[in-house]
Amino acid sequence: MLETLQLYFSYPFVRYAFVVGILIALCSALLGVTLVLKRFSFIGDGLSHVAFGGIAIASVMNLSNQMILVLPITVVAAIILLRTGQNTKIKGDAAVAMISVGALALGYMLMNVFSVSTNVSGDVCSTLFGSTSILTIKGFEVWLCVALSAVVLVVFILFYNKLFSVTFDESFAKAVGTKTDHYNLLIAVLIAVVIVLAMNLVGSLLISALVIFPALSAMRLFKSFFSVTVCAAIFSVVCAAAGLIISILAGTPVGATIVTVDMVGFAIFSVIGKIR
Amino acid sequence: MAEIKVENLALGYEGDALVENLNFEINSGEYLCIVGENGSGKSTLMRTLLGLQKPMAGNIVFGDDLDSTQIGYLPQQTLVQKDFPASVYEIVLSGFQGSMGLRPFYSHKEKKEASDALERLGITQLKHRCYRELSGGQQQRVLLARALCATKRILLLDEPVSGLDPSAQTEMYQIIRRLNLEGVTIIMISHDVHASLHFASHILHMGSQIFFGTTEEFEESPIGSHYLLKEKKTLGGGHICDLDRVAKIKVKEGK
Repeated sequence: MLETLQLYFSYPFVRYAFVVGILIALCSALLGVTLVLKRFSFIGDGLSHVAFGGIAIASVMNLSNQMILVLPITVVAAIILLRTGQNTKIKGDAAVAMISVGALALGYMLMNVFSVSTNVSGDVCSTLFGSTSILTIKGFEVWLCVALSAVVLVVFILFYNKLFSVTFDESFAKAVGTKTDHYNLLIAVLIAVVIVLAMNLVGSLLISALVIFPALSAMRLFKSFFSVTVCAAIFSVVCAAAGLIISILAGTPVGATIVTVDMVGFAIFSVIGKIR
Repeated sequence: MAEIKVENLALGYEGDALVENLNFEINSGEYLCIVGENGSGKSTLMRTLLGLQKPMAGNIVFGDDLDSTQIGYLPQQTLVQKDFPASVYEIVLSGFQGSMGLRPFYSHKEKKEASDALERLGITQLKHRCYRELSGGQQQRVLLARALCATKRILLLDEPVSGLDPSAQTEMYQIIRRLNLEGVTIIMISHDVHASLHFASHILHMGSQIFFGTTEEFEESPIGSHYLLKEKKTLGGGHICDLDRVAKIKVKEGK
């Protein structure tokens, strides 16, 4: 088994997949804590569908680097969703549902009508479930992923205390002069970036799992914001690494495997949390 | 010089005025209770004082180097906080956010002041406990400690005893009273007119009739006596919490 792994790791694309996968897992877990606590997890879900629509447009336009188009589309959608969540006639959750199914339908339609490929359902499936895209990632995209992850990490650390205060008690934060709107916007943009990154790893349908499972698992066991954040990050990285290795060895789809490992981890944490 | 002076204030949403021509002022060290029925604009007034909402007309004038962000605010608890994983210390420290600007981390001085605030409210032993596991009264003290980190001078409390059991209510009133005696100006929104009359130096009554004045003036005014009568009828003269015990602090501390 070790030899098989060694053999696989001698290929650069496997090493790339590992580095990128772990960075993505780390970023999504960190933001996931804020997202879950702010009751924003549904926004993550909606955005992932928007990103799917974005990919469909990008593939129809035959772009070689899809991220360049998908990223701005998702960021804009994040901002719109956040604004609609606050003060419009259509309430937040309904708006998210509307935008996400809309993007999903539009994306599938575009891929069907304008497709240049011979295997449309294969394309759709790999976009939704990420089957092999993490293993085909290369060159520029690897560096883009690394750079964006680094940006997300640095911003998260620098604004950690502010994110805590805005998440815990928005009205207090606002009353003492924190620009809560700016931070909500920051959160939305960061989510959008993480989601576009995570599409490479697990595909657009499974992204929410990367965001939600680490945070919820950590919350079973830990009781301060700091310990929950750290635990979620470690949990996510371990699950992503384990999922990648299992999928290489057993030949299972990468995204689904990682999410399955996440679910097992969550179950274990829940049981430990109950017992203690 | 008044800490806060409110002049001809009109409050409301989207052109509908809830309250018009509101005038009152609060000086350093005073204890103002804002009472009135639901929907009379108490919360709107509070949001306006905190700068969360713009007044429809009129002015709020703040005293020397005070502005709305330097009011320590004790909000009502939200649903999100009920299962929020956070330690007491993390929450209290977040009181400094307003004065930090873009600086990312807390300074030693701020950490020390946060510990002092815990000490002041007698919850040092809870420092590393999880917020959601505390009792309602303890949670309120934590949020009060956070508010103290945001201000030295003036606290705005939104129904600080609602949802607390009687003994926790008594304790909370005691703490607020003590802070007031230590020189912190208090503005408190309250449902409990009786308790308000016990501690407050001034009363602002909102609703169909607006009244502002000292507590004695309020007791003698038509609206105040109406309230007292109603209270006596519903409560039979008894109080939910032990107000006399709270009032004794005054005697004990000799002020």
